[in-house]
Amino acid sequence: MVIEVRDLRMRYGTADVLHGVDFAARRGEVVALLGPNGAGKTTTIEILEGFRLPSAGHVRVLGVDPARGDEAWRAKLGVVLQSWRDHARWKVRDLLDHLGRYYVPYRTPDRDRPFDTDELIRTVGLEDHATKKVSKLSGGQRRRLDVAIGIVGKPELLFLDEPTAGFDPHARREFHDLVHRLSDLEGMTILLTTHDLAEAEKLADRILVLAGGRIIADGSPDQLSRQVAGQTEVRWTWDGRRHVHATEDATAFVRELFGQHRTGISDLEVRRSTLEDTYLTLVQRYESGMAAMSGNEEVVAL
Amino acid sequence: MNATVYAVRLGVSRGLREFRQSLASADQFFNLFTSVGFLAVLWFQRDTTVEGTSLSLAALTLPGMLGMSVAFAGLVGPAGALAMNREDGTLLRAKAVPNGMTGYLVGRVTQTSLDTFFGLLLVFLPGALLVGGLAGVGVGGLLYAVPVLAVGMLATLPWGAVVGSLAKSPQGAMGYTMLPMMPIIAISGIFYPISAMPGWAQVVAQVFPVYWLGLGTRSALLPESAAAAEIGGSWRVLEMFGVLGVWAVVGFLLAPTILRRMARRESGAEMEQRRQAALQRGVG
Repeated sequence: MVIEVRDLRMRYGTADVLHGVDFAARRGEVVALLGPNGAGKTTTIEILEGFRLPSAGHVRVLGVDPARGDEAWRAKLGVVLQSWRDHARWKVRDLLDHLGRYYVPYRTPDRDRPFDTDELIRTVGLEDHATKKVSKLSGGQRRRLDVAIGIVGKPELLFLDEPTAGFDPHARREFHDLVHRLSDLEGMTILLTTHDLAEAEKLADRILVLAGGRIIADGSPDQLSRQVAGQTEVRWTWDGRRHVHATEDATAFVRELFGQHRTGISDLEVRRSTLEDTYLTLVQRYESGMAAMSGNEEVVAL
Repeated sequence: MNATVYAVRLGVSRGLREFRQSLASADQFFNLFTSVGFLAVLWFQRDTTVEGTSLSLAALTLPGMLGMSVAFAGLVGPAGALAMNREDGTLLRAKAVPNGMTGYLVGRVTQTSLDTFFGLLLVFLPGALLVGGLAGVGVGGLLYAVPVLAVGMLATLPWGAVVGSLAKSPQGAMGYTMLPMMPIIAISGIFYPISAMPGWAQVVAQVFPVYWLGLGTRSALLPESAAAAEIGGSWRVLEMFGVLGVWAVVGFLLAPTILRRMARRESGAEMEQRRQAALQRGVG
């Protein structure tokens, strides 16, 4: 396991942000941590990066407790935070080259750290901006530079905290392609946070939904949509009136419907719940459940 | 190769690069502005003779200015830079890279030293042309100035780092260093002999490094006879190195702990909060 988290708790003063988070990530997996604002995504990722000490719980990242991670451990991680405005006066290529050099002492026979600077610049598509000052980059270019810096040491594990916030659709598409290329690269494990469902569905092998400081769902995008069982919606018109029915087994329902009415059915629609429906249902179910039972959590097991 | 030694070397190259970037930036307007200001002061002082000596007031002021510049650059420069680098994420970046913090700190010290030295040249070279009284400065005097300035740097640099670590914003860091510096400089005998100051001001001035740095640079660059204008009529070499040494030792005992505590607390969420605060102030 690249990441192992058991019963992770975080408390700021008297406010509990994480109430016992459990999850794991295997080598080469792309895991998306999804959740509403304030759910504790950034806190979780910062604990894993070793930037923040948890209040309690068992955390292992690449087999090491992040609170005790040394520089050799640090060399195996890549970190891309939400907002970075550093090194504005440096030129793109100089900065990548400089930061890459810190990884040279951590070269191993099977991992030739760091990345070749020019190859990396091409990988993130900044070859036309290599001699530009960092302050002259656009938002999307700056973000790609942040990702390049995050992976310059050929990390075994890469953290991406809301990597596409503020991107236009074109930059977002390019960024998604980049993440796909990275996950194919040397078995890099990627943990990303996002509140964009489409993004999680596109990028992740597995989605974790974090709400109210707990993981309320854990599974592949497909498993997740199926999880909220019976949420396939069937709509039809009969005798001039519109009908809607939610069912677990749409095929059986439609067969029965046609059994009852040989003719006269029109505008038939069968709509599988989207990941967004699933997500909203999960979060809503969780929040109303919390209000009702307060504390008796139900984790969707997949 | 040892990774720490390697990071120290990277830090030096980092400092050199950032110094070159600074030379090509608007930072130099500030250097030019202070340099012109100092030269103007020397111009007005050039015909006033100091009592008990044959030297012009300007000849006394120029060495003191060099000492004061070191104290200023050692305290204000790192404080502002550190606070700025916490806000823009440079420090967090250093934390995310193996041995990045070592590289960052070595880079900061390298750049501050080069900046300071360059600032000194900008004042000293035209100043020495303007002030005839320094014609007698030999190689010995200049060589003696080196350890004085170096100890002065060591006495102020860690304190700049402490303020930069504790301040909540770059503006705060500038305020906490500039505001106390102004009155301390005013009473430290830089622009006027300290023996002409009231007794309480002399006592207060002798607590801080600025006076001692000024005294040290005057002792290096002025003839022996100029000591007559000093407290006790002497250069007080031992006391000078002693007081600066105490500031340096206490500073270097304190600074690593405070720097480490600040670095440990540094996180993306903290940075984001400061960014929001900066946006509300209308900068950033």
